[in-house]
Amino acid sequence: MTSPATAQAPLIRLEEVTKVYPGRGRQSSPVTAVDGVSLEVMPGEIQAIVGYSGAGKSTLVRLINALEPATSGSITVDGTEVVGLSERQLRHLRLRIGMIFQQFNLFDSRTVWGNLAYPLHVAGVPKSEHQQRISELLHFVGLPDKAHVYPGHLSGGQKQRVGIARALATNPTLLLADEATSALDPETTGEVLELLNRVNAEFGTTIVVITHEMEVVRELADKVAVMEAGRIVESGPVFEVFSKPVQPVTRRFVGTVVDDLPPGPVLEALRARHTGRFVTLAFHDPEVRQSDVYAVLARHGVGFELIYGGIEEIQGVTFGNLTLALVGADDAVEQALADVRGLVPVTDLDRLEED
Amino acid sequence: MEDTRLPELWPELWEATTQTLVMVSVTMLVGGLLGLVLGMALYLTRRDGLYSNRWVFGVLNVVVNFFRPIPFVIFIAAVQPLSRAVIGIGIGTQAATFALILAAMFGIGRLVEQNLVTVRPGVLEAARAMGASRMRIALTVVLPEALGPLILGYTFAFVAVVDMSAVAGVIAGGGLGTFAQQYGYRQFDYVVTWTAVILLVILVQVVQFLGNFLAGKVLRR
Repeated sequence: MTSPATAQAPLIRLEEVTKVYPGRGRQSSPVTAVDGVSLEVMPGEIQAIVGYSGAGKSTLVRLINALEPATSGSITVDGTEVVGLSERQLRHLRLRIGMIFQQFNLFDSRTVWGNLAYPLHVAGVPKSEHQQRISELLHFVGLPDKAHVYPGHLSGGQKQRVGIARALATNPTLLLADEATSALDPETTGEVLELLNRVNAEFGTTIVVITHEMEVVRELADKVAVMEAGRIVESGPVFEVFSKPVQPVTRRFVGTVVDDLPPGPVLEALRARHTGRFVTLAFHDPEVRQSDVYAVLARHGVGFELIYGGIEEIQGVTFGNLTLALVGADDAVEQALADVRGLVPVTDLDRLEED
Repeated sequence: MEDTRLPELWPELWEATTQTLVMVSVTMLVGGLLGLVLGMALYLTRRDGLYSNRWVFGVLNVVVNFFRPIPFVIFIAAVQPLSRAVIGIGIGTQAATFALILAAMFGIGRLVEQNLVTVRPGVLEAARAMGASRMRIALTVVLPEALGPLILGYTFAFVAVVDMSAVAGVIAGGGLGTFAQQYGYRQFDYVVTWTAVILLVILVQVVQFLGNFLAGKVLRR
C-alpha cells in the first residue's frame, strides 16, 4: 500500500477505450464489451476492478496487455502506446507485464521448474541464470521443495503460487490478476492475497486485480473501480467507495462485506423481536466515536440496543453502519436524534426518509 | 489339420510379414509426420486459432472431408495414376505404401486436430501473455500439452493402418492380408488364414500395449 507522489506519471492510462466484438452468426449483432472506459493507475498502486460476470472487466484487463486488441481509444503502459502495436512489438511489451489467472493456466506437461523456466526462455535469459532465478522465485512463494513436481500434484493454492512465481519470473513492472482467487477456498484466498501484498510491498509491482469478491478488494486494493455493462460507473480509493457507495451496483457489492440498512425480511424479523424506534447510524468519520453517540442518547434518557450491523476496518480506518432500537418517551427520542444527527448521518427506519 | 499347407509356406509367410511391417512402419513414419503437419495446420487456422484464417482452413477442411470417406479398397486403385507420377510405379508394395501414406495423412490429420483442440485455451493465453511468439506456442506449448492424447491417437491410427494394409493385394502389394486371402481363404486352408490373423493380432496388441503404456506415463503427470 503506497501513496505515490502526485507528480508521478501513471503507469497505465486508459482513455475512452472501447472493445466491440463483431457478431458471430449472420443474425447476431456486435457486442460492446468495454464502452468508453478511462482509468489511470499510478506506479506501485493496487487497483481493483469489480463487477458481475459479463460486466466487461475480464475484457478490460486483456486490453492492457493486448491479448485482446482494443477497438478504439488509447492505452498507454509505462509510456508505450499499446493500441495499434504489431504482435511482434507486443511481445516486447508483454515481457514487462505478468499475468495470473482464475484457472492458473499452468503447463501440465512441465514440472514447476519447467513452468518457471518457460518465461525465462521466452525473455532470452541465459540458461546459466535460470537455476538462481527459479530458486529465488520458489523461495519467495514458499514452495522451495516443489521444483520437480508436476502441477497435477499441487493443491489449488500451490498452483496459484506457481502462477504468481511464473508471472514474476521476468521482474515485470505490472501484474494483471484475472479473478486470481475465485477458484480458491477462503483460507487459501487469504494466503494468496497476502502473497500479492508482499509482491507489491517488496518489488513495488503495480497490480491490477479483477474480481467479484469485495473481500479481495478490502484485503488488497488501494483503489477500486466498479464496472457495469462495459462502463466504469464508480471509482476511487477503496475507503471512499466502501464508506459512501453511490451507484446501486456499488451498494450491492459493498453490502456483501459491509452491513448497510437491514434488508426487508431482516427488518421484519427484528421488529418481531425488538420494540422501540429503529435507526441506522453511519460511522464513516474517523473523528466521531461511537461512545460520543451513546453518551448523547444516555443524556436524553433514551435506552438503546444494538440490533444489526457491524464495524469494518479498511486501510486502517474503521467504519460501519449500526442499527439501534431506541426506547424512551417520544419527545426524548426526537431530541436525542436531533443531537445525534449533528454527529453522524442517521437513517430513520420507521419513517424511511434519509438524511 | 493334415490338409494344411502351412509347413511349406514359411518363406511366403515370412515375406508377407516383412511386407506388412515395412508398409505399416513407413506409413506411420511418413504419413504420421504429414498428418501431424496437416492436423497442426487445421488446428492453427481454425476460428480462434493462433493463425486463424478461414480460407486456408476452409480449403484444408474440404480436402480432408473429400478424401477421408473413400473406402481404402477403392482409394488404393484410384490413386494409382498419382502413384505412377510421383514414385514411378503403380503396383507392388511401394505403390501400396504410397496409397497408405496418403490415406493415413488425412485420417491422422483429423485425429491430430481433434486432440490439439483439447488443450485448454487458457494455457495458450498464459504463454501469449508472457510474450511467446505464435510459432513458439504451437511447438512448445500445444504439442507437449496434447502429447498424451496424441500418443493414443497414433496408436489408434496404427491399428487402422494395419487394417488398411490388408487390402494391398488389390495392387499386388503383398503383406499378411494378401497372404491370408491367397493361401488361406481361397484354398479353404483355415490354418493358414488363422496364422496370418494371429500374427496381425499380436502386432496390434504389442503396439496397443506400448501406446497405452507411453500415454499412461505422460498422462499420469
